[in-house]
Amino acid sequence: MAEIRTEELLMNIGPQHPSTHGVLRVVVKVDGEIIRDAEPVVGYLHRGTEKLAEDLQYTQIIPYTDRMDYLGSMLNNHAIVNAVEKAMDLEVPERAEHLRVIVVELNRIASHLVFLGTYLLDLGAMSPFLYAFANREKIIDLFNRICGARLTFNYMRVGGVKWDAPEGWVQDVLDFVTHLRKEMNMFHELVTGNEIFLERVKGVGIYDADTALNYALSGINLRSTGFNWDLRKNKPYSIYDRFDFNVITGKNGDCYDRYMCHLDEIVESMKIVEQAAQQIPDGPVMGKVPKILRVPAGEYYAAVEGARGELGLYIVSEGKDKPYRIKWRRPSFVNLQILPKLLEGQSMSNLIAVLGAVDIVLGEVDA
Amino acid sequence: MFSWLDKPMELSTFLNMALGGVVVLAFILGVVTYTIYFERKIIGWMQWRIGPNRVGPLGLFQTIADVLKLLIKEDVIPAKADRNVFMIAPIIAFFPSFMVLAIIPFSATHIFTAASNVGVLYYIALSAMSILGVVLGGWASNNKYSLIGGMRSAAQMISYEVPLAMSMLGVVLLAGSLNLVEIVEQQKDFPYVWYIVPQALGFVIFIISAIAELNRTPFDLPEAESELVGGYFTEYTGFRFAFYMLAEYVYVFAMSALGTTLFLGGWEGPFLPGWLWFAIKVSAFIFFFFWVRATMPRIRTDQLLVFSWKVLIPLSLLNLVLTAVLKYLI
Repeated sequence: MAEIRTEELLMNIGPQHPSTHGVLRVVVKVDGEIIRDAEPVVGYLHRGTEKLAEDLQYTQIIPYTDRMDYLGSMLNNHAIVNAVEKAMDLEVPERAEHLRVIVVELNRIASHLVFLGTYLLDLGAMSPFLYAFANREKIIDLFNRICGARLTFNYMRVGGVKWDAPEGWVQDVLDFVTHLRKEMNMFHELVTGNEIFLERVKGVGIYDADTALNYALSGINLRSTGFNWDLRKNKPYSIYDRFDFNVITGKNGDCYDRYMCHLDEIVESMKIVEQAAQQIPDGPVMGKVPKILRVPAGEYYAAVEGARGELGLYIVSEGKDKPYRIKWRRPSFVNLQILPKLLEGQSMSNLIAVLGAVDIVLGEVDA
Repeated sequence: MFSWLDKPMELSTFLNMALGGVVVLAFILGVVTYTIYFERKIIGWMQWRIGPNRVGPLGLFQTIADVLKLLIKEDVIPAKADRNVFMIAPIIAFFPSFMVLAIIPFSATHIFTAASNVGVLYYIALSAMSILGVVLGGWASNNKYSLIGGMRSAAQMISYEVPLAMSMLGVVLLAGSLNLVEIVEQQKDFPYVWYIVPQALGFVIFIISAIAELNRTPFDLPEAESELVGGYFTEYTGFRFAFYMLAEYVYVFAMSALGTTLFLGGWEGPFLPGWLWFAIKVSAFIFFFFWVRATMPRIRTDQLLVFSWKVLIPLSLLNLVLTAVLKYLI
């Protein structure tokens, strides 16, 4: 019998594809439904933020960071103010530090909720998406009240935060945490226990800690392999050393572990938010900061634990009010590297499961 | 009921039949229109949102507006598509969906439905034809997503036809007839329970296979919007797309009606008129499909096929053997 001729198809998943989370293009070679080769193509959203920053004063750069990882604007804010404060050795008032921790952790929760929702949507379940977004909406409302924006939150300033929280805001944050605790149980009942979901994610997209480190992965993508690394614990910044929380790690480094890490990190972030909200002192929210910020000449690197991993900032300064060169270590961009390795030999359906679990935001990939 | 064999057909009987056909068609279209409306309302309720509420009171005219919109939309055919096949594929998909309704006994006085002696076979044979429309549509679009969607649906529907048919055989064995009307009447006489009780296993297999046959979540792989954009209907617009949608929802109704007939005693029930019982049972089926859709993520292709060949088919064979033994004992 003559052998049946098969042909490899070259397919573009994205940039307009519904599951590429923005404008990622993955060029895949498929043999039937099996992927032989996959290559992510990035750059459709590139805005040249790093180049633009060379022409801006340090304070003027902050609004540009809101638009990078647009699901974690507060975290981006924190990265840059943290880096400049470290470089200039500035003091931040206690109340401002507490407010920062509250908004940053709330933003991490919101970002993880978007992950949960969109990941389940990628896997074909629509309800969890709406439940996750309904809860994220409550965080957005809180942010709307404290900074006036609903997506590109711009709250932090070098040396503190822009405004104090409005009346009753801190109490509302505590109420929200109580509410979300109940909702998380619903997620476990609806999703974590679902047979089909487990079949889709367990044992899919596996890599070990060595591979993750070789690819310079960070955040949940690294921790899902069991490697305990969280900048909030390992290289404490801000006032994180005062709070009691656990670093969530996985075991097998598969999509299921990444999903569970997201869920459990939400719980840990809620703990931090609660502690920060209960301990928040009175006082000013802005420290003594010169009108024009001049970072002393030299090279500086500072990083925060973003929602997607190590969000670092490398500044080269000539001692002027603008950076000579500024470079972001954007975790989504770095994490995306491992995609071709994960996809080879997988089926088309797994492509979506694997890509979704890497949890990228294209605004950050392209910057 | 009219029988072809007893007397020559007169004009009046022919007109009666034609009118009956039109009435049933119009009725089904109405049912489908509001099935879509209720799907959106019910899923909206389950997902903490409102659902259609703008067009007409309570959004009741939403589907009608949607259909009108689809009908007047530009009919786009991709330049490199196989034009003829592309145009005919939705019709092939939708034709059998209406034809299977001919044998569904809606009530005890089933005026317009055929009490065919091979009703069950007729349903299985015709509903299998719809695969052709889906595969052809996927192939003719000249779109890689569509092609994969079409191929998936071929694999899926062929795999699930088998357990679906075999789960019906248990009922056929118990009733000793392929005639759907007779199957309902048998359930009245059978030790006073509907076939869902002695055929519980068969019922579960039937429901799972039915969802797969209907391409509904968690088995909606041929369209799988997160993987294949829209699957086989990616390139379809306007009224051709509407044909596919129509076929899908008519099948939802037809499959629910079949399940009701086979397992839930059809129009049988106390106090209420037969047609109302039938409507209630069918609605329960349809509600169940919606509920599953709001709950489940999508299964993977290979898992789907494995589930059919390694789990459902052996189970349905077991069910058949058990039924034969049961039949022998009573």
